[in-house]
Amino acid sequence: MPLLKLTIDNIEVEVEQGTTIMNAARKIGGHVVPPAMCYYSKLEGSGGKCRTCLVKVSQGSFKDNRPMPKLVASCRTLVQDGMVVQNTISPEVIENRRAITEFLLLNHPLDCPVCDQAGECHLQDLSYQNGLEETNTDEARRTFAPIDIGDLIKLNMNRCILCYRCVMVADQITDSRVHGVLGRGDHSEISTLIQNAVDNDFSGNMIDVCPVGALTDKTFRFKSRVWFTRPFDAHRECAKCCGKTVLWMKGEEILRVTGRKDKYGELEEFICNDCRFVFKQPKDWTIEGPRKIERHSVISQNHYEKLDKDENEDKNVE
Amino acid sequence: MAKKILLDNIDVPGLASFEVYKQLGGYSAVEKALKNLSPDQVTGEVTKSGLRGRGGAGFPTGMKWGFIDKKSNNPRYFVCNFDESEPGTFKDRHIGQLNPHLLIEGMILGAYALGARTSFIYIRGELFYVLKIIEKAIAEAYKNGILGENILGSGYSLDLYCQPGAGAYICGEETALLESLEGKRGNPRIKPPFPAVVGLYGCPTVVNNVETIAAIPWIINNGYEAYSSIGIGNSKGTKLISACGHINKPGVYEIELGLPVQEFIYSDEYCGGIRNGNELKAVVAGGSSVPILPAELILRTTTGEPRLMSYESLSEGGFQSGSMLGSGGFIVMDHTTCIVKNLLTFARFYHHESCGQCSPCREGTGWMEKILHRIESGRGSMKDIDLLVNISKHIEGNTICPLGDAAAWPVASAIRHFRAEFEEHVKLQKCPF
Ligand SMILES: Cc1cc2nc3c(=O)[nH]c(=O)nc-3n(C[C@H](O)[C@H](O)[C@H](O)COP(=O)(O)O)c2cc1C
Ligand code: SF4
Ligand code: SF4
Ligand code: FES
Repeated sequence: MPLLKLTIDNIEVEVEQGTTIMNAARKIGGHVVPPAMCYYSKLEGSGGKCRTCLVKVSQGSFKDNRPMPKLVASCRTLVQDGMVVQNTISPEVIENRRAITEFLLLNHPLDCPVCDQAGECHLQDLSYQNGLEETNTDEARRTFAPIDIGDLIKLNMNRCILCYRCVMVADQITDSRVHGVLGRGDHSEISTLIQNAVDNDFSGNMIDVCPVGALTDKTFRFKSRVWFTRPFDAHRECAKCCGKTVLWMKGEEILRVTGRKDKYGELEEFICNDCRFVFKQPKDWTIEGPRKIERHSVISQNHYEKLDKDENEDKNVE
Repeated sequence: MAKKILLDNIDVPGLASFEVYKQLGGYSAVEKALKNLSPDQVTGEVTKSGLRGRGGAGFPTGMKWGFIDKKSNNPRYFVCNFDESEPGTFKDRHIGQLNPHLLIEGMILGAYALGARTSFIYIRGELFYVLKIIEKAIAEAYKNGILGENILGSGYSLDLYCQPGAGAYICGEETALLESLEGKRGNPRIKPPFPAVVGLYGCPTVVNNVETIAAIPWIINNGYEAYSSIGIGNSKGTKLISACGHINKPGVYEIELGLPVQEFIYSDEYCGGIRNGNELKAVVAGGSSVPILPAELILRTTTGEPRLMSYESLSEGGFQSGSMLGSGGFIVMDHTTCIVKNLLTFARFYHHESCGQCSPCREGTGWMEKILHRIESGRGSMKDIDLLVNISKHIEGNTICPLGDAAAWPVASAIRHFRAEFEEHVKLQKCPF
């Protein structure tokens, strides 16, 4: 199959048939990559919901050079040969992305000071990059009491942006899904019919795929701000999963174990609950070394490390 | 008198029974098609008749059938959309309740044309009594060899089921309908792929509205030319209009497309004029989703032409000065109506019915309702009016399914045409009505 040519923000790239605009943009990297709050490359059928990744297609293809009539979700729109895509160079995209960020924050409690996700929250990043400086709203927000949806996971529904990632993770990598979306519209909620029902070897991945602080690790709750812990890549022999994790340490103590996330915040591989919740002693692990943290992240605070040359250039683009 | 295609015989007692329907010539189109016409010939008749989808979008029916994936080895499905939940629209119920065999006959013809062996009527949960009527009619059809194996000895077999939903407006969106029919949460799917390729259970599927399907027997009996000779321009045939609001004679009317709006509102054959001789203020012409038009623009276009009940004429002027035929829910408001209050009712509906999958619709519908509630109850500010326009602009076109647009258009159009009334609410800090 011949490769397809397209440009995104005037940068040319070639991709295989069946590639989405989002993944073509990720191939280029840097500022042309639209933000993704619901798409998750490892989860089949994800994306299309949050609408933060909307882009403008100013030419459909070489064959049909008309623009597409509406902005399209880049995570769910396939590249055509000769497509011309505008992301950050389109004022229309920027305006609508702002509006969508505002929609996502409308019912969000903005309780970052007491939220465990702060510092590694995609909604924080999104608002930082696309948010308004002042609010248009003083409406009451919807509120739910926090609940335990299993021994190990706390659900704070107020923070949920209904990206459906945790639902897809449960569908696709655990034996059975016992939670889901109940109700409709802005009154819908993530829930289990029976409290404490989530009990599965791989359920902890729901925490990692959640872009916000709606699902958090009960064993880590309120122990520390994430930027006061130091991340280390580590591994162990595990019969259930790859055993490759990140240990979040304070001194000699392991406060939390997570999977390894790539630069889009997606897990490289899913890990099992034993690795995540049971093995919390340094002797359980082979520590590989400090984890590289994106320089813009608050977690890199006080963690000085030498950037290699390539990465420096990448940063200049951003 | 206008030509009656769908409501002919509607007043005959017992029409819902097989015997009466049959006596009046019912099921002759099935007999004709199964014995003398190939499936492609049936599709051809429907295509050439110019019939357009009556579910709201007005998509040419024959063309839609032509998209069905013929290369797939999977079974094909033909599905009837009987979810009818749009505020102001109550025409499909009229057919299902009073003439269920007409719908069944149309289903058989469509299924035959598409090569479907199994078909479904997906009916809104609240219409449980209609479900009962249709189920009885289906049983009668089976008993008389009109459904099931080897229909009328033709070699063609079809099973037909009627499945109720649980009463969600969003399950009228065709892909949400298919999800619901599969037993899942009724969330619209992201398109493409379209149902003609990946539909029910992943198989090629066509979804049509009740009224669309009910027009097919007449087309097969009388030929496409007879059908396309009725109507005007690209609006062929007849259309059911459910008229409600401040008129003297609310009800379901069958009109020939092209009828002047003036005549529809004021003649005694139809709405019979405005109640108590009141003054006409505004009309929502095609169900709650379409833009509202003030009296002067619903009766005449900006060029001074009389506005007609047709797809083209009602949308003339675009969204600046036009609207849409939509699903035919004709809501008439007289001068005593508060536009803000009416809009608040619509906004509450869309907020309640949004499936919540995509953020602009999930969050925007609730926000608009809150702001409208504030303005109507005398606590609004001038800024709120612009904010509403802004929110509607950022929902429109940015969502997975058209429910987002359907929530945005009424707001945008009401402020476009009646801004002074919104401002009055703010100035007085109360509702002037
Ligand atoms: C929110 C929403 C609700 C809808 N509700 C209905 C409905 O109740 N009945 C219907 O026939 N079409 C409804 N539609 C339109 C259907 O998606 C689809 O276009 C229609 O069933 C196609 O049939 P037609 O081509 O015969 O018009 C709805 C669309 C949307 C977006
Ligand atoms: S709980 Fe988290 S992962 Fe699940 S839908 Fe909400 S935001 Fe998404
Ligand atoms: S537009 Fe509204 S109803 Fe349609 S998919 Fe999005 S949230 Fe659901
Ligand atoms: S990332 Fe594309 S819509 Fe959410």
